[in-house]
Amino acid sequence: MTGKTGKIEVDGVAKVFGDPQRGFRAIDKVDLTIADGEFVCIVGPSGCGKSTLIRMFAGLEHPSEGQIRIAHDNPDRPMTAMIFQQESAFPWLTVADNAAYGLRASGTWRGAESQERVDYFLQKTGLYSFRDFRPDQLSGGMKQRLSIARAFATNPEVLLMDEPFAALDEQNKLIMQEELATLWEEFRSTVVFITHGLDEAVLLGDRVVVMSSAPGRFIHSLEIDLPRPRKSAEIRRTPEFGALTAELWDILGHEVRTARQQEADRIQAAGR
Amino acid sequence: MATIETIDVSRAPRKGTRRVLGMPIGLISPIVLLGLWEIAARTGAVNVTFFPAPSTILATGFAQAQTAQFWGDLGISLQRIAVGLVMGAVPGVLVGLAMGLFRPVREALNPLIAALFPIPKIALLPLLLLIFGIGETSKYVTIAINVFFLMTINTFAGVVSTPKIYFEVARNLKASRLKTYLTVALPGALPGIFTGLRICMGTALILLVAVEFSTADSGVGYRIWWAWTVFWVDTMYVGFLVIAILGLGFSYAVDFLERLVIPWHRKHER
Ligand SMILES: Nc1ncnc2c1ncn2[C@@H]1O[C@H](COP(=O)(O)OP(=O)(O)O)[C@@H](O)[C@H]1O
Ligand SMILES: [Mg+2]
Repeated sequence: MTGKTGKIEVDGVAKVFGDPQRGFRAIDKVDLTIADGEFVCIVGPSGCGKSTLIRMFAGLEHPSEGQIRIAHDNPDRPMTAMIFQQESAFPWLTVADNAAYGLRASGTWRGAESQERVDYFLQKTGLYSFRDFRPDQLSGGMKQRLSIARAFATNPEVLLMDEPFAALDEQNKLIMQEELATLWEEFRSTVVFITHGLDEAVLLGDRVVVMSSAPGRFIHSLEIDLPRPRKSAEIRRTPEFGALTAELWDILGHEVRTARQQEADRIQAAGR
Repeated sequence: MATIETIDVSRAPRKGTRRVLGMPIGLISPIVLLGLWEIAARTGAVNVTFFPAPSTILATGFAQAQTAQFWGDLGISLQRIAVGLVMGAVPGVLVGLAMGLFRPVREALNPLIAALFPIPKIALLPLLLLIFGIGETSKYVTIAINVFFLMTINTFAGVVSTPKIYFEVARNLKASRLKTYLTVALPGALPGIFTGLRICMGTALILLVAVEFSTADSGVGYRIWWAWTVFWVDTMYVGFLVIAILGLGFSYAVDFLERLVIPWHRKHER
């Protein structure tokens, strides 16, 4: 919101799994700067290291080379909160306690004020009337909304989402995309959003970054200057939306074919 | 010639428990068995010296239930199991959690536990008698040692089988070690802890009988043994009955507790 640049700076980062010399190189020396308040989508063929990268932002993996710097501007706010692709709501907590978990765990719980925040996001995600339920009593879409409520309620400086809607059916996905856009337009925190949906990337992002097949590198960056607030149905009808999605596919299609070939080679090599 | 396949509700598999004469089939088989036994005993087809009729056993049981000795035996037996269980389960759960969470602890203890676990710990009873004397302590400790190993292993398995994603959520949100311990590792291990408890209740009962056979002058196990020395076969059978009821009761108690404590873990309803 302050318009400052360089909320996240990725500087020559590589990730090698296993032996540093002979191990598997998942990410190869990437550089990226994400501005404060920017919504960046990352697309790339599967296996190109998208999850590895965002997991490094989340503090769940460490770079093998290079550095990631995230500016932590306000010590009263947690730095990042991640929304995972898999279901990640704690089965042993109620919906309300799940949503409050981030604030409680990071020691930034401030009594009534925090409770209001949690309730607000439960309301926004349509889960308020289910606050005493347990996750196993919810549908898949509701569980993912709960993960979103938990992340937003945590009030992080950077929101990290790794294909958060991939497990949802198509209709639910459309609704969730729109809800996410609305929610974000209200708060405008920095977002890193990984997806394999090109339309989803164009619909949500200020910028879409394209990764190459493994080892992952950034090969293209596309500014999305569609006006906000973005209403899914309207945006999708505009010619700009179609043009941008097509442009992304032109770049990505080649990489996906390369990734396919790599995968086929690897499976054959393993089979021998 | 064409045939027509009819698909309607009449072909649907029948739901619910099978019933015979209005009773669940699971209840029928023991009743039939007891009935046959009763007939066999009365007609002299089996030797009632060894296999007294169920009605005789029940009558003896009712008579004994009027005596202070019966309740005294039951009380002391329950006390031995309860104390042994708590003495073994509390440290077992703590060690199991520590092994699941801290790699150095796991690496230090895993080989030791794996080596000691298969040894039937009842073999240690003479040693425990030397150390603790013939009083209650040696009985508590015999039960506790077994419970400790079972709880350690099952709690450890519970932590390890908790999906990694929950630990990652805690780590991403900067939960402290203690917070992670209490909000992820412990609840994640609860299903394992209950599996351990279920096995422990059975094992504790076996051990109880074993120690009471050999080193006690009270308790349900002792009473069975004593019934042999004075050849009161009916009393012996009452002992069997009490042990069976205890086993069943423990199993229901653990089920009940499990439903209460970990309602999200619904394997019973599948
Ligand atoms: N912990 C790990 N150990 C070894 N290889 C891994 C590990 N995590 C990911 N990889 C490999 O790194 C590559 C990139 O994985 P990932 O980041 O999950 O890809 P994406 O999310 O883009 O589909 C994959 O080939 C994957 O098999
Ligand atoms: Mg991924």
